[in-house]
Amino acid sequence: MSVKHALLALLEQEPMYGYQLRVAFEERTAGTWPLNIGQVYTTLSRLERDGLVTAGETDSDGHQLYRLTAAGRAEVTAWFGSAVPRTQPARDELAIKLALGVSARDLDLADIIQRQRSATMKALQDYNRLKRKATDLGHELVLDSLIFAAEAEIRWLDHCEAQLRRTADRAVR
Amino acid sequence: MNTPVLHLEGVSRIHGSGELAVHALREVSFEAYAGELVAVMGPSGSGKSTLLTLAGGLDEPTSGRVVVEGTDLTAAGAGGRARLRRTAIGYVFQDFNLIPALTAAENVSLPLELDGAPSRAARAAAATALDELGIGDLADRFPDEMSGGQQQRVAIARAIVGQRRLILADEPTGALDSVTGEDILRLLRARCDAGAAGVLVTHEPRHAAWADRVVYLRDGVVLDDEDAGETVGARR
Repeated sequence: MSVKHALLALLEQEPMYGYQLRVAFEERTAGTWPLNIGQVYTTLSRLERDGLVTAGETDSDGHQLYRLTAAGRAEVTAWFGSAVPRTQPARDELAIKLALGVSARDLDLADIIQRQRSATMKALQDYNRLKRKATDLGHELVLDSLIFAAEAEIRWLDHCEAQLRRTADRAVR
Repeated sequence: MNTPVLHLEGVSRIHGSGELAVHALREVSFEAYAGELVAVMGPSGSGKSTLLTLAGGLDEPTSGRVVVEGTDLTAAGAGGRARLRRTAIGYVFQDFNLIPALTAAENVSLPLELDGAPSRAARAAAATALDELGIGDLADRFPDEMSGGQQQRVAIARAIVGQRRLILADEPTGALDSVTGEDILRLLRARCDAGAAGVLVTHEPRHAAWADRVVYLRDGVVLDDEDAGETVGARR
């Protein structure tokens, strides 16, 4: 994901300098997706080139503050108002592993599935513990996103297991 | 050594016999200690509900022992089991199972009154349990005057009233929306953190994640989780 829109949305709330944007982004998203400071500055210069932000005055510490232009504001409104596109799915190592495992010899796929299910459940328990401590609604929603994704993976693993058994039963008959 | 609140020792449950015998559980051993919440997961027919009904003394194993707070449920006989259900074991069901003609307070105090507690003491204990679950103000409502989430809170109050230390929950969030369901799990979790032993049967991984341990059942057998155990060990 490009951080362009996230930075614009943050700047819509108040003018900020680069490092401040990075901190604000990580803070608001519970530190789930660390941001490289270089990435913040290259994005800001692109946004400036495209007329979405202006680099304005410097604060008393010499930080250059960025603020949104009218076009930038329109861009934020359009971003919030439209669905996030479902792009070409990223390579999913687990799905690839199972797809290739189906035809591999001497492989206990059920065992692989159970091992993965345990590992994903451990992650789910960790997210849950973090969520129980969360006091910020935004953080809770980010953690919920991770929780629901991990849950979907476990459900899918359950489904794979059931499919494997059904196929095995058919082969016996 | 700490003794478990609930201990299943080599428990098997076979329905029917001969060719038609159905092995609901095969030689299952399972423990739940005070202060922990254990989730049991598995597809339909894996034996998870059988495990819970055996733990609750609602059914008897074909072989093996079920021990609750040091009492062997089989040796306790039907009367002894009924008594344990009123005093030591709390059961929470998916569809709440509250008695429609009784108020929230009456539903909660019923097990104590059936156990012979003086009415006044039972009412006081019920009020305490309802307060602990944040629904003291609903004491005089009837089940049909409450939302699903509120009814399930009453059911949990009924399950914990009178210092019971074993809470068995069978899909307690099944009839609730995701946010209300989460409130219920938060409450179960809090009861276990306060010293109860909880067993949660669920098919929702998200809810199982509230537990300290997750046990997977397949065809009446606990799936070997050795590798997962090693991972946990390595982390410590």
